Amino acid sequence: MAMTGIKTPPRHAAAPPKARTPRPRTTTRRRRNLREHLTAYGFLCAALVVFALFSWWPIVRNTLLGFQQVNFATGSTWVGLANFQKLLDDPLFLTAWKNTGLFTLYALVLGFAVPFLTAVLLNEFRHARAYFRILVYLPVMLPPVVVALMWKWFYDPGPGLFNEILRGLGLPTSNWLDSSATSLISLVIVSTWANMGTTTLIYLAALQTIPGELYEAAELDGAGLWQRLRHVTVPQTRFVLLVLLLLQIVATMQVFTEPYVMTGGGPEDSTVTVMFLVYRYAFVYNDFGTASALSLLLLLVLGVFSALYLRVTRAGKE
Amino acid sequence: MSASTRTLVRPAVLKTRKGRLVYWSTLTAALLLFTVAFIVPLYWAATGAMKSPTELAQNPPTYIPQTWHPENYAKAWQEMDLARYFLNTVVLAGGAWLVQLAVQVPAAYALSKLRPRFGNVVLGLMLVTLMMPATALLVPVYLTVVDVPLFNRNLINSPSAVWLPAAANAFNIYILKNFFDQIPDELLDAAKMDGAGPVTTLWRVVLPPARPILAVVSILSVVTAWKDFLWPLLVLPDPAQQPLSVFLQRVAQDTPLNSLVAGLVMASLPLIALFLVFQRQIISGLAAGSLKG
Repeated sequence: MAMTGIKTPPRHAAAPPKARTPRPRTTTRRRRNLREHLTAYGFLCAALVVFALFSWWPIVRNTLLGFQQVNFATGSTWVGLANFQKLLDDPLFLTAWKNTGLFTLYALVLGFAVPFLTAVLLNEFRHARAYFRILVYLPVMLPPVVVALMWKWFYDPGPGLFNEILRGLGLPTSNWLDSSATSLISLVIVSTWANMGTTTLIYLAALQTIPGELYEAAELDGAGLWQRLRHVTVPQTRFVLLVLLLLQIVATMQVFTEPYVMTGGGPEDSTVTVMFLVYRYAFVYNDFGTASALSLLLLLVLGVFSALYLRVTRAGKE
Repeated sequence: MSASTRTLVRPAVLKTRKGRLVYWSTLTAALLLFTVAFIVPLYWAATGAMKSPTELAQNPPTYIPQTWHPENYAKAWQEMDLARYFLNTVVLAGGAWLVQLAVQVPAAYALSKLRPRFGNVVLGLMLVTLMMPATALLVPVYLTVVDVPLFNRNLINSPSAVWLPAAANAFNIYILKNFFDQIPDELLDAAKMDGAGPVTTLWRVVLPPARPILAVVSILSVVTAWKDFLWPLLVLPDPAQQPLSVFLQRVAQDTPLNSLVAGLVMASLPLIALFLVFQRQIISGLAAGSLKG
């Protein structure tokens, strides 16, 4: 009952009922012959081929690769758990998981709270609504590499924009990306800035589905602004909040472009993430087996969140 | 949204003097804050590109260029040979778009209207891939592109290495199918009575009302392809083939800062323009994405 924070898109409701006048339907069914099925598969075949080659087979193959040593010249050999053993012996393995975990955690604190509060605030405004929407969403349209390179320059501890702003406000300056203490959080700030438009606009859409009567009823019960936020706004958008939380975890745990472009994993390995390590194993060391073993582990972790996401969206539909 | 919609704040409060004061001051503060947060970085980049190298290296930086050098943009365009990389990006994004439509529209039509045996199994198998985080499958997809099974082709340095994997996008098929489901079967039956084959039916009956959803899918696929970095970095090692993202990252170290920033600004302009023109479709695509379930 509490899961009905968002309305099912009208397309389901508007879709014509599947069972129409029963008689002509059954005759068409009966007349459907092999040729019609073949025609249908003719329309489907291109999709089947690209899915088989670039989606289904790679999913299966990733599991196999994790237990193989890949060699283009002599063919691959089975090596059992050797790839996993190699990972455990790599001191960067734990560092990468720690950094990815921290990145995800910071990204949730910033990337989850900021868009929600922004959406709540914007929903109250009766003016400049379109302007706000465009502003928030603009960075989403910029290529991530462009954002990363621009921000690398803004973060420059010397003539960079951010230290200039901090100086202007009379605050102490920071070394941003150049210090292992602040490098990870600096990456989180960029990625929040670049991606918050999507989440903000989705929250905004969810907020607009809350029936006004609920606020009125809460008011009659003497609920103040804060209580209305806690007992009406949050529960009513709980479904969307939860779905986006899970999607965000899955997305941020795969972070790669920001550390690759902005820090190269440094300083002192403070921004080496799991995907960064996968990349390094596969495309720097040409060790595809170990890279697959690592991405297999990442898939397992992400799989938990994906499964939760499925359960939540299923429950939301009922 | 009409102004009468009830939200968190009581409408009556907004009519009082104090309420109005709070409303207008919050609005002004938010306008300032958002403009600073989202426009200033873009302003900084757009004007930074027009500063001289010495002015750019100056600490503290200048807010407004002391001397304006708009010709830096033209210079950067020529020196970095940006025309080539724009063209590469257009070929990759445009091709990805066409291949996606050519693969996904017939597939969605088949699953929605022709409903072959095991169609639901196929759809289910496609939707399962949505649960698979794309980046985590980098290695096996890469190895597939190096040696495509059955076809024994190496697609490295060919644009199809970008186009084909992009076509395996279950989300697009899903939203197309959902839209096609709304088109009444009676219309299709009528077309069939008139002797139309499935191709004619798709073209004449199904596609015309589906134009809005085709626009959404098209914009999404072009924007995604334009923004992509990691995949083209891996499959297009030949510098002459690379799109803007990969190129700019590659030369960032060895390019004078003002030229690099000019390049960054120019690489973003097409997407910003696209956004300003197609805001509505982009935002509705976003809503469809968020509610996919």
